[in-house]
Amino acid sequence: MAVVEREKLLEVKNLKKYFPAGKKGVLQAVDDVSFDIYKGETLGLVGESGCGKSTTGRTIIRLYDATDGEVTYEGEDVHGRKSRSELKKFNRKMQMIFQDPYASLNPRMTVKDIIAEGIDIHGLAKTKKDRDNRVYELLETVGLNREHANRYPHEFSGGQRQRIGIARALAVDPDFIIADEPISALDVSIQAQVVNLMMELQKERGLTYLFIAHDLSMVKHISDRVGVMYLGNIVELTTSDELYEEPLHPYTQALLSAIPVPDPELERSRERIILEGDVPSPINPPSGCRFRTRCPHAMDVCAAVKPKWQEAREGHWVACHLYDEEAVKQNN
Amino acid sequence: MEKLLELDNLHVSFQTYGGEVKAVRGVSLSLDKGESLAIVGESGSGKSVTSKAVMRLLPNKIGSIKEGAIRFQGKDLAKATEREMEKIRGAEISMIFQDPMTSLNPTMTIGKQIMEGLRKHQNMSKSEAKERSINLLKLVGIPNPELRVDEYPHQFSGGMRQRVVIAIALACNPKVLIADEPTTALDVTIQAQILDLMRDLQDKTGTAIILITHDLGVVANLAQRVAVMYGGMIVETGTVDEIFYKPKHPYTWGLLASMPKLNSDSKELLAIPGTPPDLMNPPKGCPFAARCPYAMEVCLEHMPEATNVSSSHKAACWLLDERAPKVEPPEAAVVGGAR
Ligand SMILES: Nc1ncnc2c1ncn2[C@@H]1O[C@H](COP(=O)(O)OP(=O)(O)OP(=O)(O)O)[C@@H](O)[C@H]1O
Ligand SMILES: Nc1ncnc2c1ncn2[C@@H]1O[C@H](COP(=O)(O)OP(=O)(O)O)[C@@H](O)[C@H]1O
Ligand code: SF4
Ligand code: SF4
Ligand SMILES: [Mg+2]
Ligand SMILES: [Mg+2]
Repeated sequence: MAVVEREKLLEVKNLKKYFPAGKKGVLQAVDDVSFDIYKGETLGLVGESGCGKSTTGRTIIRLYDATDGEVTYEGEDVHGRKSRSELKKFNRKMQMIFQDPYASLNPRMTVKDIIAEGIDIHGLAKTKKDRDNRVYELLETVGLNREHANRYPHEFSGGQRQRIGIARALAVDPDFIIADEPISALDVSIQAQVVNLMMELQKERGLTYLFIAHDLSMVKHISDRVGVMYLGNIVELTTSDELYEEPLHPYTQALLSAIPVPDPELERSRERIILEGDVPSPINPPSGCRFRTRCPHAMDVCAAVKPKWQEAREGHWVACHLYDEEAVKQNN
Repeated sequence: MEKLLELDNLHVSFQTYGGEVKAVRGVSLSLDKGESLAIVGESGSGKSVTSKAVMRLLPNKIGSIKEGAIRFQGKDLAKATEREMEKIRGAEISMIFQDPMTSLNPTMTIGKQIMEGLRKHQNMSKSEAKERSINLLKLVGIPNPELRVDEYPHQFSGGMRQRVVIAIALACNPKVLIADEPTTALDVTIQAQILDLMRDLQDKTGTAIILITHDLGVVANLAQRVAVMYGGMIVETGTVDEIFYKPKHPYTWGLLASMPKLNSDSKELLAIPGTPPDLMNPPKGCPFAARCPYAMEVCLEHMPEATNVSSSHKAACWLLDERAPKVEPPEAAVVGGAR
């Protein structure tokens, strides 16, 4: 791949999001996560249920206030104190698409009003006719048609509702879209329609995506780079090809080997790494490396010391003592 | 050889406010002893309704078997009385459902729930049943089964609950286990554990499995034979290799082509346009015609018959008629690159 000068759109530094849990407990949903997103790319975020993917996305877009850490967008701090108008500006640049196309659309609003919500908030249409025309155009952009404008969400299938969600996000002409499991609730044949649409729109409009999902094959397909999360941490991040060809982190290796592939001969011959046990609770996560309770390579040092987030190879980040000479020495 | 289970031209309908939903429209299937058959297809295609019909668990009043037979060891379950079914359910044929939480009773210990079936179907004493429950928990890989047998479902994780559900289903050594999306609610690393467990148990117990899923990866992993459902009908059946490497039906092609493959970098997925048919007004001809890129005039008017491709492989598509033009599956539907 040619080395292109890449411009950072979003920088996330040491982001933490804790939730109160029971008496005095804290749930560390996202704990010290750092990554950049470049302009025009798709960064995928994968990991198992509860590992903090949605919380990361929601904190970036400020649906949650961060417990600690920094998010900057085009060099400007998103989470610092902001005036209303500044916040509004950010809200226009960043949009979110949600997992559940059934729950995320207000059932009492027409498709037109749902899509035009952002247009109204940001005063993007001067006349009613202008507003209508924008909605019609958006409907056509996402593969629906203007006759759909006056209908209600329940009259649409899952895939169509997700298209409405995309049209709503596009209405304010954003640069950056966080898509939280936008296809998980859809059938395979419909998933491909929505993914193709998202990729086309990215090409046409130069959009940047944070694409959250647990389906690794779909994430690989759509993403330029992929980050893998486990129990509130990002454990590995690199280009999607490298991640799938040479995963470094033992969790990534197990995750990849656990996915059944639609090829029976391959399935019959494949060696699987089967992880034992379940993901521990984020309320009292294991000391040191959070994956150590399930890691087939765990060493003594793994319980004592939290692995550093380091660039093991150019552009390939990993948090594991196996790739840290000093830690391995310390262990022996 | 006589089949263990045979569905013959099964029709199931629901009476709803809007009218009759023809959820299953002439399904014929067979299952041999000890084999694993996967039923795949998108949501609403009739997979769950088919299996609920076999168990005779269709919602009373609104759901009914309209036509066809369900032969199990020489008996037609479609005509069985509720009393007869009670002897079969959980003992001869058992079923596990998608959501492990809803299929367990939250107010009863795990042990009691496993023992229930044993006491009912096998006349075991309390202590015998308890011992067998502990053994079953061990079999499905629950650590410290002697202690955990007295715990409640909420004390178990999602993966462990699904193991318990499997233990309950296998308690009476059923001849058929119907697993409806058994891993869909689970994470991939837990799914790998459960698939491994199911394969292992099948080797040990010889139970035949009907696996219902929409995940072709899971099918490739576990199934020996596959039935592809669409719009309430089976559009293609064959061995797992026939379905993945020599698929004949355009819907099967579409399914295979719309999945991203981990080992390929094609940039566009071949999506199937449109949406599945409305089973209140199912199309007269081929159920896939409205979305099929190869649809011909005959497809709209006449239902294609299941045609033999090999002794184990059938597809219901007019393209298999000798008068039809020769069509090759799209590149994106080819599994395994060089094959
Ligand atoms: N509003 C909240 N209050 C308390 N705890 C929360 C809240 N939102 C999320 N959590 C907890 O934070 C952790 C991370 O949750 P998050 O929703 O980010 O997971 P996820 O990776 O998106 O999982 P999934 O794949 O299931 O969507 C979980 O333990 C979850 O229970
Ligand atoms: N209780 C019910 N009442 C009315 N329609 C139903 C009922 N259960 C299922 N159906 C309909 O039957 C069809 C097949 O459903 P189902 O077998 O559940 O699909 P799947 O292949 O996803 O398991 C669908 O059109 C569904 O809406
Ligand atoms: S740091 Fe240790 S426990 Fe963690 S992934 Fe690496 S080897 Fe395993
Ligand atoms: S019968 Fe016709 S419409 Fe149906 S799948 Fe075959 S070619 Fe397509
Ligand atoms: Mg989530
Ligand atoms: Mg179902």
